[in-house]
Amino acid sequence: MSLKTLTRDWEPMSYGFLDASAKRELRRKMLKAVAVPGCQMPYASREVPMARGWGTGGLQVSLTLINPKTCVKVIDQGADDSVNAASIRSFLAKVSGAPTTLDTLKADLIQSRHRIPEEVLREDQVLVLQVPNPEPLRSVQPNMSIARQMHADADYGRMWLQLYEQIVRSGRIMQGASYPSMVNGRHVMTPSPIPRWDVPKLNMAKHLTILSAGREKRIFAVPPYTRVEPLVFDDVPYKVEDHAKLTCNRSGARGFFMNEIPQEDGSSTHEISDSEYGVKAIRRTEGDDIVLGDTWYKNGEMSS
Amino acid sequence: MTIVLDAPRIVITRPLMTLKNVSKSYGAVQAVRDASVEVFPGEVMGIVGESGSGKSTLLRMMNLEDTPDTGSYTLDLPDVQGNLFELDRFARRMLCATKIGIVYQNPHLGLLMNHSSSGNVAERLLVAGERRFLVLRDKAQIALEASEFPLERLDAPPIELSGGMQQRVQLAKAIALEPALLLLDEPTTGLDVSVQALVLDTLKRLQQDRQITMVIVSHDLGVIRTMADRVIVMRRGVVVESGLADQIFQDPQHPYTQQLVHAKL
Amino acid sequence: MTLVLDVQSLTKGFTMHHLNTQMAAFDDISFGLHAGEFLLLKGTNGAGKSTLLRTLYRSYLAQSGAVLFQSSHGVIDLIRAADVDITHLRRTEIGFVTQFLVARPRVSAQALVAEPLRQAGHSAEAALDEARRWLSAFGVKEELWRAYPTTFSGGEQQKVNLARALILPQKLLLLDEPTASLDVQARTALVARLAELKSQGTAMIGVFHHPDDVSHLIDRVIDLTPNASNPEDREDVAYECKTGAA
Repeated sequence: MSLKTLTRDWEPMSYGFLDASAKRELRRKMLKAVAVPGCQMPYASREVPMARGWGTGGLQVSLTLINPKTCVKVIDQGADDSVNAASIRSFLAKVSGAPTTLDTLKADLIQSRHRIPEEVLREDQVLVLQVPNPEPLRSVQPNMSIARQMHADADYGRMWLQLYEQIVRSGRIMQGASYPSMVNGRHVMTPSPIPRWDVPKLNMAKHLTILSAGREKRIFAVPPYTRVEPLVFDDVPYKVEDHAKLTCNRSGARGFFMNEIPQEDGSSTHEISDSEYGVKAIRRTEGDDIVLGDTWYKNGEMSS
Repeated sequence: MTIVLDAPRIVITRPLMTLKNVSKSYGAVQAVRDASVEVFPGEVMGIVGESGSGKSTLLRMMNLEDTPDTGSYTLDLPDVQGNLFELDRFARRMLCATKIGIVYQNPHLGLLMNHSSSGNVAERLLVAGERRFLVLRDKAQIALEASEFPLERLDAPPIELSGGMQQRVQLAKAIALEPALLLLDEPTTGLDVSVQALVLDTLKRLQQDRQITMVIVSHDLGVIRTMADRVIVMRRGVVVESGLADQIFQDPQHPYTQQLVHAKL
Repeated sequence: MTLVLDVQSLTKGFTMHHLNTQMAAFDDISFGLHAGEFLLLKGTNGAGKSTLLRTLYRSYLAQSGAVLFQSSHGVIDLIRAADVDITHLRRTEIGFVTQFLVARPRVSAQALVAEPLRQAGHSAEAALDEARRWLSAFGVKEELWRAYPTTFSGGEQQKVNLARALILPQKLLLLDEPTASLDVQARTALVARLAELKSQGTAMIGVFHHPDDVSHLIDRVIDLTPNASNPEDREDVAYECKTGAA
């Protein structure tokens, strides 16, 4: 007699790991978030088998949206093959039976940390961004009760103060990631720690973006075709990272967001941050039948 | 010489600011009892009284930080109407930012201590909707200059500045939008005597150059004497006497005022 | 001749609450003052000369009576007028000259003197020019003009004060012993300025320790010594009529 004969085979208690009531709450909060673009909706963030701060907010959204036919892509800092991305991808597949992909064009649901893929997302795709700190006002208003009032009053003057301070101290705006942006002309949100390069991709995008912070228990969204405007001074234009002229030394892709690889001699080379786009570019040069999608940036310029 | 005008004013007919029958209790403590104050354009009104007399509560109400249990508050300005205590939070904030300036005794209340001094001034302009960096910078500089703040320290955070300099930053912030009413809550209390004189002098100069209407609260009679045209004396939440500053100091009528004036060193 | 001031049954006393006592200063004083007239108040020490001046200026509150002042806005009772009106009249029509300077830290002598003109709406440059002219007339050395009077000697402070008080012609001027401890040059300048203002129509009431300096300006005298006859009588009995005055 073994333990196996005494017990039943493993089967999930509920589909997609989360119980039905948790998913119902998340769905409701997502609908609310879509209804009021950029406005943070509180939700009861559940325990998932992953530490808070490692993408539990995004994971809960993905678990709620997923079904056996959803094709899932998970990226971390642009790469599909990092440990965190790979773990989340396999977990999602395991609890739902959903197929996975690395190709942006084939994915229905993309969960991402710190990047938006370079290929333009479609209306039938959903982007889930993991958010460590959902409150853009935190740095200028430590008291969260007052910060909420400020959101209610659209009292965002202090956000510009933050930018003012950066220009005064460093001669330019230093905010690299999480660049505060006005959504639908009403709520200022943090777009999660995506680089400045990626913020314009959210403006009037065809796809739905859901941003979720598991530790802070907040969900907010950028619905399709919604204005997302980075906060700027009228006389200091918004600038993205100076990557337009950089070339990926592995794929030869040019004009995209790059990772800097320091070299032993002190110089540095660059690799495209969206790893799968790089892989596809290499395979295409090698003669494979690969479709490279339309990209937001063309020759390093954001196409409007 | 047969026609005699009645006591009401002949020269300036309408007060800029009117607080009418204001009362406020905190639990069992009545902080202000049925106080009425009028301040006329270009005038400096002093409020004296010992700690707990209700003078600071009154000033906080003038800055719309506090709402009384009863009473009304009006400002005679072209685009301001009605009892300001009834404004919603949004209108209240806009009004405070654009029409009323305040300098607190404690600079921590009025300033972001780790932001630059110019940024602290710029914040006022940002709240009012200014979004041009160069304009913000220029206007902050002009306001700081008017407050006689050393411009080489323009971007130093207040935390690195002396008490007198912090008050100047507060003052610059308060006047940046050229408010109709400037409120000063013990602006020089806690400063060295010499620094205090310099700050008072700046205030006086500003008042003369710009004809700013000011309300200054202090328990220091010397400060009030230097600054104020008119004085009201408060005790236990009640206005016990009001009059011209020199009259209050030279010929006080109320027993409490006499006591107060005679106690001055 | 225009009546500038009409004082009717003016009574002033002080209530000292901590002593629970009343102290009478003067009682039932009446007199009139015309434009360009110079009235000398005399009386023993404590007769209430300065008190009367301060009551007219509203530094002291009268207990009863009326002080009708012919302002450019019409007749106004200075005893009952609103504080703001008094403030305004003090800036524009009623001057008070004492020997004590209210100096402020870090304000130069010339700025202090120019201040009344600034408040009356003169340009900063014109006001400063005029201020320098009067500082010079009162004998304040040029190197002191830009200095801060807080550091001056008593005599120099007094000159600055006089220049400040007399720079702007007023309708009514109250003089509280302005000549006390003044040197000859300043005294001459002061008397000359008073004569000039008088000829321009300024009505003046003065208290002088040594009225000899201004004797040629005096039109009438009121004696406030207690038990002296009533004010109307005093006017008649004790006046010293100067040639040319009514």
